[in-house]
Amino acid sequence: MANRYASRNQVVKAIFIVVGVIFVCRLATLQLFSPKYREAAERQSLRYVTQYPARGFIYDRNGQLLVHNEAVYDLMVVPRLVTGTDTAYVYSTLGISLEEFNERMAAARRYSHYAPSTFMKQISKDEYAKFENKMFRFTGFYITQRTLRIYDRPIAAQVLGFVGEVNDDDIERDHYYKRGDYIGRSGLELSYENQLRGIKGKRIMHIDALNREVGPYMNGELDTLPTEGCNLYTSLDADLQQYAEDLMANKRGCVMALEPATGEVLAMVSAPTYDPNMLVGRSRKPNYIALRDDISTPMLNRALMGQYPPGSIFKVAQALTALDLGVITPQTGFVCDKSLVGCHNHPSAQSVQEAIKMSCNPYFYQVYRRVIQQGKHKNPNKDAQYGLTVWHDYMMRFGFGQKLPIDLPRGGMSRGNIPDTAFYNSKRWYGRDRWQFSTIYSNSIGQGEVTVTPLQMVNLAAIVANRGYYITPHVVRYYGPDSLQSEEYGLRHETGIDRKWFDIAAQGMYDVVHVAGGTGRLARVENLDVCGKTGTAQNGSSLNPRHDHSVFIAFAPKDNPQIAVAVYVENAKGGGGSWAAPIAGLVIERYLNGEVKRKDFERHYREINPCQPPLPPRKKKTSTS
Amino acid sequence: MYQEHIKIDWVTVAIWLAVVVLGWLTIYSATFNADHADVFAFKTLHGKQLLWIAISLFTAAVLLIIDPRIFSNAAYPIYAAVMVLLVLTLFLAVTVNGGKSWIEYKGFRFQPTEFGKLATALALAKCMSGVDVEWGQTRTKLTALTIIVLPAILVFLQHDTGSALVFAAFLLPLFREGLSGMVLIFGAALVALFVLALVVNRYILTAVLAAVALLYLFVWLNKRTSRDWWRTIGVLLLSVAFVFSVDFFYGKLEKHQRERVDVLLGKAEESYNMHQSKIAIGSGGFTGKGYLHGTLTKANFVPARDTDFIFCTVGEEFGWVGSSILVALYILLLVRLVSMAERQRSTFSRMYGYCVASVLFVHVFINIGMVIGLLPVIGIPLPFFSYGGSSMMAFTIMLFIFIRLDATKNQLY
Repeated sequence: MANRYASRNQVVKAIFIVVGVIFVCRLATLQLFSPKYREAAERQSLRYVTQYPARGFIYDRNGQLLVHNEAVYDLMVVPRLVTGTDTAYVYSTLGISLEEFNERMAAARRYSHYAPSTFMKQISKDEYAKFENKMFRFTGFYITQRTLRIYDRPIAAQVLGFVGEVNDDDIERDHYYKRGDYIGRSGLELSYENQLRGIKGKRIMHIDALNREVGPYMNGELDTLPTEGCNLYTSLDADLQQYAEDLMANKRGCVMALEPATGEVLAMVSAPTYDPNMLVGRSRKPNYIALRDDISTPMLNRALMGQYPPGSIFKVAQALTALDLGVITPQTGFVCDKSLVGCHNHPSAQSVQEAIKMSCNPYFYQVYRRVIQQGKHKNPNKDAQYGLTVWHDYMMRFGFGQKLPIDLPRGGMSRGNIPDTAFYNSKRWYGRDRWQFSTIYSNSIGQGEVTVTPLQMVNLAAIVANRGYYITPHVVRYYGPDSLQSEEYGLRHETGIDRKWFDIAAQGMYDVVHVAGGTGRLARVENLDVCGKTGTAQNGSSLNPRHDHSVFIAFAPKDNPQIAVAVYVENAKGGGGSWAAPIAGLVIERYLNGEVKRKDFERHYREINPCQPPLPPRKKKTSTS
Repeated sequence: MYQEHIKIDWVTVAIWLAVVVLGWLTIYSATFNADHADVFAFKTLHGKQLLWIAISLFTAAVLLIIDPRIFSNAAYPIYAAVMVLLVLTLFLAVTVNGGKSWIEYKGFRFQPTEFGKLATALALAKCMSGVDVEWGQTRTKLTALTIIVLPAILVFLQHDTGSALVFAAFLLPLFREGLSGMVLIFGAALVALFVLALVVNRYILTAVLAAVALLYLFVWLNKRTSRDWWRTIGVLLLSVAFVFSVDFFYGKLEKHQRERVDVLLGKAEESYNMHQSKIAIGSGGFTGKGYLHGTLTKANFVPARDTDFIFCTVGEEFGWVGSSILVALYILLLVRLVSMAERQRSTFSRMYGYCVASVLFVHVFINIGMVIGLLPVIGIPLPFFSYGGSSMMAFTIMLFIFIRLDATKNQLY
């Protein structure tokens, strides 16, 4: 019978009670009879000081410094420690009113009594110097050093991007961030945030009753040094960027330049632009609001976000597609029949090369018809479905209709639009079996439902320059002390189209600039064989007629090309040849020759503004009785 | 058949509820941030814990209306299932703080160890409650020891030494069922010798041990048989051998474990954690700094202030009075559980009650003992108090199974 041992419950209870008594006694010695712990707690006025790493610098391809930092000081406050502080002294020294002081204190208290919060931001070095040695009168306050971005040359604002203070969502998502920290908000600052930000360090300091740091806690054993952010070494050419920005200063549009062999972006201009220094420091907020509300959208990076009808530059891709499909040969000729689609006056093209040179609309109408209606089905609607699918696949291989990979934030990037069968079959558009070539022929000349981004345009130029492939475009060549590089930015994307067709397209593009009757002769640069293609993109509607967009893509030299360029000038009076082509020529000359000799030519295209002003935003209807 | 009325022991339920509520208030305070003073924000730790408490309350209610026979009938299947789970944990676990005892599924983390104790308690109670089973039988001893040691080893293999130690708790129920008290004394003596060997010169220790042996032989015993002589000398020799081999065993411990013991024995400088923990508690004084007014536990001085070191917050904010009341609540609960266990008609219920009391006791003992600097740092939670869903659930289920068994204590299971 197990209950023989029933009395043992007394032993078990005794063990429990004895342990309880020991605990209570031990607690008494700790809490009642050891003043050293209470004293230690009082002495334990420790200050956790975050040591902010310097954000990484950004350089251009020639080692020119584009972005660096300047030290500023934040005045921090721990509300619980603000007791017996001479507040009058504090607010008069800081140059604020009593009301403002109280307001800021209230805000800090709302955040936390125990944790430090920022009392005053971005005090300059000079201002801080005035009260640096009076800090002991600021009981409960302390200073922490931060850095601000400085841009020596006010260029490439949309590419470099800007930083902003973290919000609650950022803090929630990544515990690295604390209130008052900065985080990249756009451009490279955003896409390389993790490389640029570095690693924070911390110091734990004893402070005495006079708010002075008396020494490191535990001899600094727990302290860590900040690790500086990685520098970014970009492929941008600051001089070229500035040059192109100057050319576009009074226009709206975009200039993209890249090195075809590497995919490195040399210049990315989106006009109008702004001085990146505007979004730094205490005037950041009003400036930000002004830029955000500006109807000419200076903060928009048109190179990535703009969706434009490509116009005739699209014909290059059409010619290559048709040649590769075998639906035309290089010697195919079509009559310039203006009853099919409008055109300018020129002799009929006898070959693909000539068609590109003269940018004949009816020619590419016929080309596109042979691509779309390949005669695989008796039903023309079904046949067009087949043809469009094939065509769509080719366009995707050119990088159209998708977000091209690039090391800039992909959030707001446009894909452009390359319509596929699902697009036209949707009820929203034509509907199933209710469309064929005759419905969609505008695509052939880069109008209709087709839109592309300037990045995709320059990429098309790079594909022809490379005779068949492109390298993932990227702005950063390498970063950090170890010169790290992202592998994906060396990737080669093949179009799968035969090189010999590209030689024909390149020859056609050469003729555009160099042969009589070519549409882009203003892009010509002495001693350079520039290859290009013009585009004149209609836009707007009959109700809201706008000037055409002026478009040009180019690469140079013809053999072993060093630069590919795309220029898009919005609503410029005249066609692609009259504005975009000369600007592209100037950019190429500036890059390949290092200087532009044609000063008058340059001044003309820099100073004259061909653009219609942007439309004011449609006003909300207000009753005016 | 006579159907007994259900009589729930509301006193135990009340003590449990008091501890749970205090625990939640303390977690709220330990993670208090004026910025997010929203009680029901489920993103915060106290918000999540509130959810766990709600689930636990629901589970407790379900356990109270269940037919209690299921606990004894399902004891072995549950044990087998949990053992399988523990083995699986060895392969599937994610690493948390150096231990591999957590399973993660779709962002939901869960620690099977906590349920290992519950399963072991059920299986041990089942094993001891068989007809004609007595502790004196070798078969019983072997079965019982296997039931205890198997999960302990599995948990140890998960690098969770603290939780593995908890399985020693099951010696207490066995003691109640007839395990010799010498085993407990022997265990205590072993720990004492181990500590002494590390602190005191071992030749002096040998001399002291010899003196104790002589005192035993000539002062304690009136008559000395030759058997007494041999036994005493045998124990003495073994003790001396143990004293001299301590260094060897000690070297086998992990570095951080050695450091923790060294700190406790005053051989190494106090670690930051221990130091801050003691300062936080010590600064509480007689009545503490007041709820939500603890400064050290909030300012990140104290580590794991919502889990293993949560007692610090109690000490800091409620002082000696508050922390003593909490200790008293735990001891009250434990003593009450033992009394309840004694009034059970079935061996299964009694044995299970002892298991519950002992597991809770070892947790309270190790956790508070560690925080107030009496034991080396061993990371196990304070039952019903520390933040953590798995432990809250497992302890609640464990306790309420017993409360349910007790509610119909005259039944035989």
